Amino acid sequence: MVDEIMLVAIDEDINDSDIVALQDHLAEEVHANDAQGIVIDISALEIVDTFVGRIIAQLAGIGILLDAPTYLVGMRPAVAMTLVELGMTLPSVKTARNLQHAVTRLRASR
Amino acid sequence: MKRLRALPGTLFERHEITAEPDVFRARQAVGRAMDALGAKVIRKTRLVTAVSEIFRNALIYGGSAVVRIYCDAEDRMVWVDCSDNGPGIADMTLAMSDGYTSGRGLGRGLGGAKRLADEFEIVSEPGVGTQVRLAGRA
Ligand SMILES: Nc1ncnc2c1ncn2[C@@H]1O[C@H](COP(=O)(O)OP(=O)(O)OP(=O)(O)O)[C@@H](O)[C@H]1O
Ligand SMILES: [Mg+2]
Repeated sequence: MVDEIMLVAIDEDINDSDIVALQDHLAEEVHANDAQGIVIDISALEIVDTFVGRIIAQLAGIGILLDAPTYLVGMRPAVAMTLVELGMTLPSVKTARNLQHAVTRLRASR
Repeated sequence: MKRLRALPGTLFERHEITAEPDVFRARQAVGRAMDALGAKVIRKTRLVTAVSEIFRNALIYGGSAVVRIYCDAEDRMVWVDCSDNGPGIADMTLAMSDGYTSGRGLGRGLGGAKRLADEFEIVSEPGVGTQVRLAGRA
Protein backbone atom coordinates (compact mmCIF):
# COMPACT_ATOMS: atom_id res chain seq x y z
CA MET A 1 0.00 0.00 0.00
CA VAL A 2 1.16 3.48 -0.91
CA ASP A 3 -1.22 5.75 1.03
CA GLU A 4 -4.62 4.51 -0.07
CA ILE A 5 -3.46 2.97 -3.28
CA MET A 6 -3.16 -0.81 -3.59
CA LEU A 7 -0.06 -1.99 -5.37
CA VAL A 8 -0.13 -5.49 -6.88
CA ALA A 9 2.92 -6.94 -8.58
CA ILE A 10 2.44 -9.90 -10.89
CA ASP A 11 5.15 -12.57 -10.90
CA GLU A 12 6.47 -14.05 -14.08
CA ASP A 13 5.57 -17.60 -13.13
CA ILE A 14 2.07 -16.85 -11.84
CA ASN A 15 -0.17 -19.87 -12.32
CA ASP A 16 -3.78 -20.92 -12.14
CA SER A 17 -3.70 -21.78 -8.44
CA ASP A 18 -2.45 -18.28 -7.50
CA ILE A 19 -5.26 -16.41 -9.21
CA VAL A 20 -8.12 -16.86 -6.79
CA ALA A 21 -5.87 -15.98 -3.83
CA LEU A 22 -4.66 -12.87 -5.63
CA GLN A 23 -8.20 -11.76 -6.51
CA ASP A 24 -9.38 -12.41 -2.98
CA HIS A 25 -6.45 -10.52 -1.45
CA LEU A 26 -7.02 -7.58 -3.77
CA ALA A 27 -10.74 -7.32 -3.11
CA GLU A 28 -10.34 -7.64 0.66
CA GLU A 29 -7.54 -5.09 0.86
CA VAL A 30 -9.30 -2.55 -1.33
CA HIS A 31 -12.35 -2.84 0.87
CA ALA A 32 -10.56 -2.89 4.25
CA ASN A 33 -8.30 0.06 3.45
CA ASP A 34 -10.84 2.05 1.47
CA ALA A 35 -8.34 2.20 -1.37
CA GLN A 36 -8.72 4.99 -3.93
CA GLY A 37 -7.21 2.94 -6.66
CA ILE A 38 -5.21 -0.06 -7.70
CA VAL A 39 -1.88 -0.17 -9.48
CA ILE A 40 -0.88 -3.44 -11.14
CA ASP A 41 2.86 -3.65 -11.72
CA ILE A 42 3.90 -5.90 -14.58
CA SER A 43 7.52 -4.77 -14.88
CA ALA A 44 8.71 -8.27 -13.95
CA LEU A 45 6.94 -9.77 -16.95
CA GLU A 46 9.02 -10.48 -20.04
CA ILE A 47 5.91 -11.66 -21.82
CA VAL A 48 2.16 -11.33 -21.36
CA ASP A 49 0.17 -14.11 -22.98
CA THR A 50 -3.61 -14.53 -23.09
CA PHE A 51 -3.50 -16.29 -19.73
CA VAL A 52 -1.87 -13.37 -17.91
CA GLY A 53 -3.84 -10.87 -19.99
CA ARG A 54 -7.01 -12.44 -18.67
CA ILE A 55 -5.75 -12.20 -15.08
CA ILE A 56 -5.01 -8.49 -15.53
CA ALA A 57 -8.47 -7.89 -16.99
CA GLN A 58 -10.08 -9.77 -14.08
CA LEU A 59 -8.19 -7.76 -11.46
CA ALA A 60 -9.16 -4.52 -13.18
CA GLY A 61 -12.76 -5.74 -13.30
CA ILE A 62 -12.75 -6.21 -9.54
CA GLY A 63 -11.36 -2.70 -9.20
CA ILE A 64 -14.15 -1.23 -11.30
CA LEU A 65 -16.83 -3.01 -9.29
CA LEU A 66 -15.29 -1.77 -6.04
CA ASP A 67 -14.98 1.79 -7.34
CA ALA A 68 -11.17 1.62 -7.34
CA PRO A 69 -9.83 2.67 -10.75
CA THR A 70 -7.01 0.44 -11.90
CA TYR A 71 -3.76 1.42 -13.59
CA LEU A 72 -1.28 -0.91 -15.21
CA VAL A 73 2.37 0.09 -14.95
CA GLY A 74 5.67 -1.32 -16.11
CA MET A 75 4.62 -2.68 -19.47
CA ARG A 76 7.65 -3.33 -21.66
CA PRO A 77 7.48 -2.02 -25.23
CA ALA A 78 7.79 -5.50 -26.72
CA VAL A 79 4.91 -6.67 -24.52
CA ALA A 80 2.67 -3.87 -25.81
CA MET A 81 3.43 -4.96 -29.36
CA THR A 82 2.67 -8.63 -28.75
CA LEU A 83 -0.56 -7.82 -26.89
CA VAL A 84 -1.82 -5.97 -29.94
CA GLU A 85 -1.08 -8.99 -32.13
CA LEU A 86 -2.89 -11.24 -29.70
CA GLY A 87 -5.87 -8.89 -30.02
CA MET A 88 -5.74 -8.14 -26.31
CA THR A 89 -5.86 -4.40 -25.99
CA LEU A 90 -7.27 -4.54 -22.45
CA PRO A 91 -9.92 -1.83 -22.90
CA SER A 92 -10.97 -1.90 -19.25
CA VAL A 93 -7.46 -1.17 -18.01
CA LYS A 94 -5.78 2.23 -17.90
CA THR A 95 -2.06 2.32 -18.44
CA ALA A 96 0.51 4.68 -16.93
CA ARG A 97 4.19 4.95 -17.76
CA ASN A 98 5.28 4.35 -14.18
CA LEU A 99 4.06 4.16 -10.60
CA GLN A 100 4.47 7.88 -9.98
CA HIS A 101 2.29 8.79 -12.97
CA ALA A 102 -0.35 6.32 -11.89
CA VAL A 103 -0.44 7.67 -8.34
CA THR A 104 -0.67 11.26 -9.57
CA ARG A 105 -3.58 10.44 -11.83
CA LEU A 106 -5.39 8.44 -9.18
CA ARG A 107 -5.07 11.31 -6.70
CA ALA A 108 -6.25 13.80 -9.33
CA SER A 109 -9.31 11.71 -10.08
CA ARG A 110 -10.62 12.00 -6.55
CA MET B 1 -1.88 -38.86 -37.84
CA LYS B 2 0.43 -37.34 -40.41
CA ARG B 3 3.50 -36.14 -38.51
CA LEU B 4 5.52 -33.10 -39.52
CA ARG B 5 9.00 -33.62 -40.98
CA ALA B 6 12.17 -33.47 -38.87
CA LEU B 7 13.26 -30.06 -37.64
CA PRO B 8 16.33 -28.28 -38.98
CA GLY B 9 19.28 -27.35 -36.77
CA THR B 10 20.52 -28.99 -33.60
CA LEU B 11 18.53 -30.01 -30.54
CA PHE B 12 18.84 -27.29 -27.91
CA GLU B 13 16.61 -28.71 -25.16
CA ARG B 14 13.79 -31.18 -24.66
CA HIS B 15 11.07 -30.60 -22.07
CA GLU B 16 8.06 -32.48 -20.82
CA ILE B 17 4.98 -30.52 -19.92
CA THR B 18 2.86 -32.27 -17.35
CA ALA B 19 2.01 -29.43 -14.95
CA GLU B 20 1.71 -25.65 -15.00
CA PRO B 21 5.27 -24.78 -13.88
CA ASP B 22 6.54 -26.75 -16.89
CA VAL B 23 4.89 -24.22 -19.21
CA PHE B 24 7.05 -21.52 -17.64
CA ARG B 25 10.22 -23.66 -17.69
CA ALA B 26 9.80 -24.70 -21.32
CA ARG B 27 9.11 -21.17 -22.54
CA GLN B 28 12.14 -19.88 -20.61
CA ALA B 29 14.20 -22.46 -22.52
CA VAL B 30 12.87 -21.08 -25.82
CA GLY B 31 13.98 -17.63 -24.63
CA ARG B 32 17.49 -18.98 -23.92
CA ALA B 33 17.62 -20.51 -27.39
CA MET B 34 16.77 -17.10 -28.88
CA ASP B 35 19.44 -15.51 -26.67
CA ALA B 36 21.96 -18.08 -27.90
CA LEU B 37 21.32 -16.83 -31.44
CA GLY B 38 21.61 -13.21 -30.32
CA ALA B 39 17.93 -12.39 -30.89
CA LYS B 40 16.59 -8.87 -30.42
CA VAL B 41 14.17 -8.40 -27.51
CA ILE B 42 11.12 -7.97 -29.73
CA ARG B 43 11.83 -11.16 -31.70
CA LYS B 44 12.42 -13.14 -28.53
CA THR B 45 9.25 -11.74 -26.95
CA ARG B 46 7.17 -12.68 -30.00
CA LEU B 47 8.32 -16.29 -30.09
CA VAL B 48 8.23 -16.82 -26.33
CA THR B 49 4.67 -15.45 -26.21
CA ALA B 50 3.62 -17.68 -29.11
CA VAL B 51 5.04 -20.85 -27.55
CA SER B 52 3.50 -19.94 -24.20
CA GLU B 53 0.06 -20.10 -25.88
CA ILE B 54 0.86 -23.42 -27.51
CA PHE B 55 2.38 -25.03 -24.39
CA ARG B 56 -0.58 -24.00 -22.23
CA ASN B 57 -3.04 -25.34 -24.79
CA ALA B 58 -1.13 -28.63 -24.89
CA LEU B 59 -1.34 -28.90 -21.10
CA ILE B 60 -4.97 -27.80 -20.71
CA TYR B 61 -6.52 -29.56 -23.69
CA GLY B 62 -3.91 -32.22 -24.49
CA GLY B 63 -3.19 -33.24 -20.89
CA SER B 64 0.59 -33.31 -21.33
CA ALA B 65 3.14 -32.71 -24.08
CA VAL B 66 6.71 -33.13 -25.22
CA VAL B 67 8.55 -30.02 -26.39
CA ARG B 68 11.67 -30.05 -28.54
CA ILE B 69 13.61 -26.87 -29.18
CA TYR B 70 16.06 -26.63 -32.08
CA CYS B 71 18.57 -23.93 -32.94
CA ASP B 72 19.39 -23.38 -36.58
CA ALA B 73 22.46 -21.14 -36.40
CA GLU B 74 22.79 -20.96 -40.17
CA ASP B 75 19.30 -19.53 -40.75
CA ARG B 76 19.25 -17.87 -37.29
CA MET B 77 15.95 -19.56 -36.47
CA VAL B 78 14.66 -21.23 -33.33
CA TRP B 79 12.27 -24.08 -34.10
CA VAL B 80 9.88 -25.51 -31.53
CA ASP B 81 7.88 -28.69 -31.75
CA CYS B 82 5.09 -29.33 -29.23
CA SER B 83 3.34 -32.70 -29.44
CA ASP B 84 0.55 -34.07 -27.30
CA ASN B 85 -1.48 -37.27 -27.32
CA GLY B 86 -4.69 -35.57 -26.27
CA PRO B 87 -8.18 -35.54 -27.84
CA GLY B 88 -7.07 -33.60 -30.92
CA ILE B 89 -8.92 -30.87 -32.77
CA ALA B 90 -11.87 -31.88 -34.93
CA ASP B 91 -12.49 -28.54 -36.65
CA MET B 92 -9.17 -26.78 -37.22
CA THR B 93 -10.68 -23.76 -39.00
CA LEU B 94 -12.94 -23.13 -36.04
CA ALA B 95 -10.15 -23.65 -33.49
CA MET B 96 -7.84 -21.25 -35.31
CA SER B 97 -10.39 -18.46 -35.50
CA ASP B 98 -10.08 -15.62 -33.00
CA GLY B 99 -12.71 -15.75 -30.31
CA TYR B 100 -13.42 -19.48 -30.41
CA THR B 101 -12.82 -21.35 -27.18
CA SER B 102 -14.14 -24.70 -25.99
CA GLY B 103 -13.03 -23.80 -22.47
CA ARG B 104 -12.85 -20.66 -20.38
CA GLY B 105 -10.30 -18.84 -22.52
CA LEU B 106 -10.53 -15.90 -24.85
CA GLY B 107 -9.96 -18.06 -27.91
CA ARG B 108 -7.08 -15.90 -29.04
CA GLY B 109 -4.16 -18.22 -28.36
CA LEU B 110 -3.90 -20.18 -31.61
CA GLY B 111 -4.55 -17.27 -33.97
CA GLY B 112 -2.24 -15.05 -31.93
CA ALA B 113 0.56 -17.63 -31.89
CA LYS B 114 0.31 -17.96 -35.66
CA ARG B 115 0.62 -14.20 -36.11
CA LEU B 116 3.52 -13.92 -33.67
CA ALA B 117 5.59 -16.77 -35.12
CA ASP B 118 7.54 -16.55 -38.37
CA GLU B 119 6.65 -20.16 -39.20
CA PHE B 120 3.58 -22.00 -37.96
CA GLU B 121 2.17 -25.43 -38.75
CA ILE B 122 -0.39 -27.50 -36.88
CA VAL B 123 -1.61 -31.03 -37.48
CA SER B 124 -4.17 -32.85 -35.39
CA GLU B 125 -6.31 -35.92 -35.42
CA PRO B 126 -9.25 -36.54 -33.10
CA GLY B 127 -8.37 -39.24 -30.58
CA VAL B 128 -4.69 -39.21 -31.54
CA GLY B 129 -3.24 -35.85 -30.65
CA THR B 130 -1.97 -32.50 -31.81
CA GLN B 131 1.42 -31.42 -33.10
CA VAL B 132 2.36 -27.76 -33.41
CA ARG B 133 5.55 -26.60 -35.03
CA LEU B 134 6.56 -22.98 -34.86
CA ALA B 135 9.66 -20.93 -35.41
CA GLY B 136 11.02 -17.45 -34.87
CA ARG B 137 13.83 -15.66 -36.57
CA ALA B 138 16.48 -14.33 -34.15
N1 LIG C 1 -3.48 -29.11 -28.05
C1 LIG C 1 -4.80 -29.07 -28.20
N2 LIG C 1 -5.56 -30.19 -28.11
C2 LIG C 1 -6.91 -30.15 -28.27
N3 LIG C 1 -7.61 -29.02 -28.49
C3 LIG C 1 -6.91 -27.87 -28.58
C4 LIG C 1 -5.50 -27.83 -28.44
N4 LIG C 1 -5.10 -26.54 -28.61
C5 LIG C 1 -6.22 -25.82 -28.84
N5 LIG C 1 -7.32 -26.61 -28.81
C6 LIG C 1 -8.72 -26.18 -29.07
O1 LIG C 1 -8.70 -24.98 -29.80
C7 LIG C 1 -9.46 -23.97 -29.10
C8 LIG C 1 -8.87 -22.62 -29.38
O2 LIG C 1 -7.56 -22.51 -28.78
P1 LIG C 1 -7.01 -21.08 -28.39
O3 LIG C 1 -5.68 -21.23 -27.75
O4 LIG C 1 -7.10 -20.20 -29.59
O5 LIG C 1 -8.07 -20.54 -27.35
P2 LIG C 1 -8.27 -20.94 -25.81
O6 LIG C 1 -7.12 -21.75 -25.32
O7 LIG C 1 -9.60 -21.55 -25.69
O8 LIG C 1 -8.26 -19.51 -25.10
P3 LIG C 1 -6.99 -18.54 -24.88
O9 LIG C 1 -5.80 -19.20 -25.49
O10 LIG C 1 -7.35 -17.25 -25.56
O11 LIG C 1 -6.86 -18.39 -23.39
C9 LIG C 1 -9.43 -24.41 -27.65
O12 LIG C 1 -10.50 -23.88 -26.93
C10 LIG C 1 -9.50 -25.94 -27.79
O13 LIG C 1 -10.83 -26.35 -28.01
MG1 LIG D 1 -5.14 -21.14 -25.61
